[in-house]
Amino acid sequence: MTSRATRPHRLAAKDITLSRWRHGFKSRWGCQQNRGCADPADRGATNAVLGSTWACLRGADWAVSNPERASGPGATGEAVTALELLGIMWRIRFFEEEVPRLQRAGLARGLLHLSVGQEGVAAGTCAMLRRDDLLYTGHRGHGHAIAKGVPLRGLFAELMGRLDGVCRGLGGSMHIVDVEHGLMGATGVVGGNIPLAVGSAMTARLGAREQLTVVLFGDGAVQTGYFHESVNLAALWRLPLVFVCENNGFAEFTPRSAHTTVERVCDVVAPYGLARQTVDGSDVIAVREAFGVLAAAARGGEGPALLECLTYRLRGHYEGDAQKYRAAISQAEWRDRDPIARLRRRGVSEGWFTDEAAAVAEGAAKEAVDEAARLARESTAPPLELMERLVYAQLEPA
Amino acid sequence: MTYVKAVNAALAGAMRADPRVVVMGEDVAEGGPYTATAGLAEEFGRQRVIDTPISEATVCGVAIGAAQSGLRPVLEIMYIDFVALALDQLVNQAAKAHFMSGGQLRVPLVLRTQGGAGHRSGAQHSQSLESWLVHTPGLKVVMPARAVDAAGLLASAIADPNPVVVIEHKALYFRREDVPDPVEAVPLGVARTARNGRDVTIVAFSRLVYEALEAAEQLASEGIDAEVIDARTLVPFDLEAVLGSVSRTGRLVVAHEAVRQGGFGAEIASAVHEAAFDLLRAPVQRVGARFTPVPFSGPLEDAYVPGRAEICAAVRATLVS
Repeated sequence: MTSRATRPHRLAAKDITLSRWRHGFKSRWGCQQNRGCADPADRGATNAVLGSTWACLRGADWAVSNPERASGPGATGEAVTALELLGIMWRIRFFEEEVPRLQRAGLARGLLHLSVGQEGVAAGTCAMLRRDDLLYTGHRGHGHAIAKGVPLRGLFAELMGRLDGVCRGLGGSMHIVDVEHGLMGATGVVGGNIPLAVGSAMTARLGAREQLTVVLFGDGAVQTGYFHESVNLAALWRLPLVFVCENNGFAEFTPRSAHTTVERVCDVVAPYGLARQTVDGSDVIAVREAFGVLAAAARGGEGPALLECLTYRLRGHYEGDAQKYRAAISQAEWRDRDPIARLRRRGVSEGWFTDEAAAVAEGAAKEAVDEAARLARESTAPPLELMERLVYAQLEPA
Repeated sequence: MTYVKAVNAALAGAMRADPRVVVMGEDVAEGGPYTATAGLAEEFGRQRVIDTPISEATVCGVAIGAAQSGLRPVLEIMYIDFVALALDQLVNQAAKAHFMSGGQLRVPLVLRTQGGAGHRSGAQHSQSLESWLVHTPGLKVVMPARAVDAAGLLASAIADPNPVVVIEHKALYFRREDVPDPVEAVPLGVARTARNGRDVTIVAFSRLVYEALEAAEQLASEGIDAEVIDARTLVPFDLEAVLGSVSRTGRLVVAHEAVRQGGFGAEIASAVHEAAFDLLRAPVQRVGARFTPVPFSGPLEDAYVPGRAEICAAVRATLVS
């Protein structure tokens, strides 16, 4: 399972049509899929009651309703796709670079884990998904959320604990959820939601939906029992699930070699028979290509897969980490590791886009991030009564 | 109908009524060790009656992920002792998903399990661990004593949009009672007066309800008229029902099989003290197991498990002052 991909995977128009699974789901389950929900605090909650109900409602026109992704990576040709990937990575980079500024200003508090240097994985995987595909991530998930289409303003506001945050300020940096965009969970307990992704994939299978679940985690999570038990179940049940490991070589402060004798995560899952591939996570085109092949197979019923992306975490485990445990990266090495600089060089040399177009994409991303951060500051803190109200979900009206 | 058959009937009824309901757990397709899921695989197929490996932590997470994606899983953890393995998932994922997502996610999950001592099963298959669960906002906790409540509360738990832990008692599984067919839902959070009395209120749940009723009969022969309240649900707890009774009796005993130290009885006692101190004519008395693991040896286990004698002694203590 190492050389099946010969060209970047592209989503065909038929892939975006959701009517097939909708019909499958209805006939299989024969139940009412949507009920009204009067409480605005429960926005989206009704959707979650039936998995992809939101996709059922909005899925057919998602491209129209989401101008950010109107064309969709891969939909209109390689050159545009590469430029879009560059734009997504710039948005992630600028977002992550804004976070420490918000932290220093006292606006973003708490534990902040940034993904600077790992943008190639987010863009090469999450941006390849359909809106109704389900995504789970961990504590370092800002980039994944952005690549999946979660609005920047809602993300900033969430990090600031504001009412307009995607989780109304009740989740925070480590717990970004945006059901409307298929982001179903982010966990601060390392590896803790890998089983949830198995459950979502199981639901898609039972509902005969053409829906993929993807879970992203770091190499530290591979040493949890959850990872091994989940891989076992996903393989046993041949679920439409792709495990994506961002192997940045460090579990918090400690190098991988101090925690395990198994160097490559792909080797860990070999006995379970998963389709698997290790790629250079700083090469977004390689990530996209490998992920496309594995995702298409998993979606098509060929069983789960694991994509291991070797990547580099430029900043510390969290903001404020003194990083005494490793040497600073040299300029030359960073030039080679930086996924954005690499795609820009390659895109221009391959003729996928001009340097001017790349500069425009960079400027647009910067503008979008700055505007989102500015708007997020205008949001207010959530009302105190919200925390009491959201401990338990209310019964849906009959 | 036996208690375990009532559970079985409630599961079958829920699965017939709602195709989103699936049953998961170790050996469930074979019916499980107590036959709670017997016959379900035959009627609903193995797509909906899902045998899982012995991976409690992950399987609980799978059920949570399935619940927030559209199914209504009823997960069986064979013994509550093994819930310890799944606590991370229950506490850090299931209980907080709705809250942390700002109301976007719902986890309509039921975790069925059974606890309790008396079967010579040793210290890892006999515990009463509800205290670990009631301390977690976001979970609901149910401990039925009667077959009719085991079925009716389970039906309500499956319909509830939140994670609900239903703790059955292995020593009650084969008690026989009349249960309506089809099962009638019993609302969560509503206690039941099992016996009316004037002198003292005994609040109990699960197996200790029967011990409290036997204690009340014995006390009646001594001229003490005890009221027995079956709490049925611990979270949300029906404090109003208890306060209403205490306002008449002025005396309260709380009784459970779990270890007394840090037990739910302490929470009830404290809540009643706070809300109705001036109604009490004596300090609230607690009945619970001593602070040891459940012993294996027969005479020791019999001495360990709290019951009628301990409840009678506690009632008499409230009457001294």
